[in-house]
Amino acid sequence: MSIATRVLDFSLPATDGQTYGLTDIAGEKGTALIFTCNHCPFVRAWDDRLVGLGSEYMGQGVGFGAISSNDPAQYPTDDFAHMQERGQELGMPYPYLYDESQDVARAYGAERTPEIFLFDAAGQLRYHGTIDDNYEDESAVQSTYFRDALAAVVAGDDVPAADTAPVGCTIKWK
Amino acid sequence: MADPEPLAVEFLFYADCPSHDTALARLREALQREAAPAALTVREIQTEEEAQEAQFPGSPTIRINGEDLQPRGAVGPYSLTCRMYFHAGGRITPLPTLDQIRAAIQRHAPTQARPAAAG
Repeated sequence: MSIATRVLDFSLPATDGQTYGLTDIAGEKGTALIFTCNHCPFVRAWDDRLVGLGSEYMGQGVGFGAISSNDPAQYPTDDFAHMQERGQELGMPYPYLYDESQDVARAYGAERTPEIFLFDAAGQLRYHGTIDDNYEDESAVQSTYFRDALAAVVAGDDVPAADTAPVGCTIKWK
Repeated sequence: MADPEPLAVEFLFYADCPSHDTALARLREALQREAAPAALTVREIQTEEEAQEAQFPGSPTIRINGEDLQPRGAVGPYSLTCRMYFHAGGRITPLPTLDQIRAAIQRHAPTQARPAAAG
């Protein structure tokens, strides 16, 4: 499956009761989409870091959205009610969107959770991949791939490492 | 005196979950550090049917003498997925720590496999 190199529009319900399209999420400097879910331990290990990056970079003009595409029939904790609980628990500063049909994940070519797609203001993919190089221990992180990409997009610079392998659970297809 | 019976150690994994290599290396290191004689079985779970049959809660799963390393994470559903490990302070990661594995070995080893104290 190939990944999207340009940002694609969507219309998805969020845990806050609203429905969001791309224009509702996009920031003036860029847009970060995070394919995620509730049940995956890799997501759980990185969740606080992602929320921190969202809080930091949404204030610098990057729009964020988290998207769960997992089939809740296989993983009941990935259903919409549990997404609402998890979103509140984490205090997500960005919308937590439910891709029930899985069409958005397929369109983007997402395969894992968590998996990052970062687009610039022109809608061009500038970073795809993982968050950093240590899901277990934040204090031992050596390479902050996503943070570096966010900083580059905000500054209008080249992203140092534009593509890394997403590390996490596979998206659970219907 | 008869040699102590080796621990029956099972390592179950799902290849698409990327934490298993590190987990297996940690398990081997823990066994070595504890000097625990062990019969280690490594099994790849490849289908949902196998996951049900093996009561596989996710990758990686480690059982010592049939007991899960962290029973609270061993409840179903059983499926091809990655598994949560719970750490101090409520932290969740995809891997047990070396200390957690060593502690599990120690729980089984004192009366079974550890060398008797000298003296």
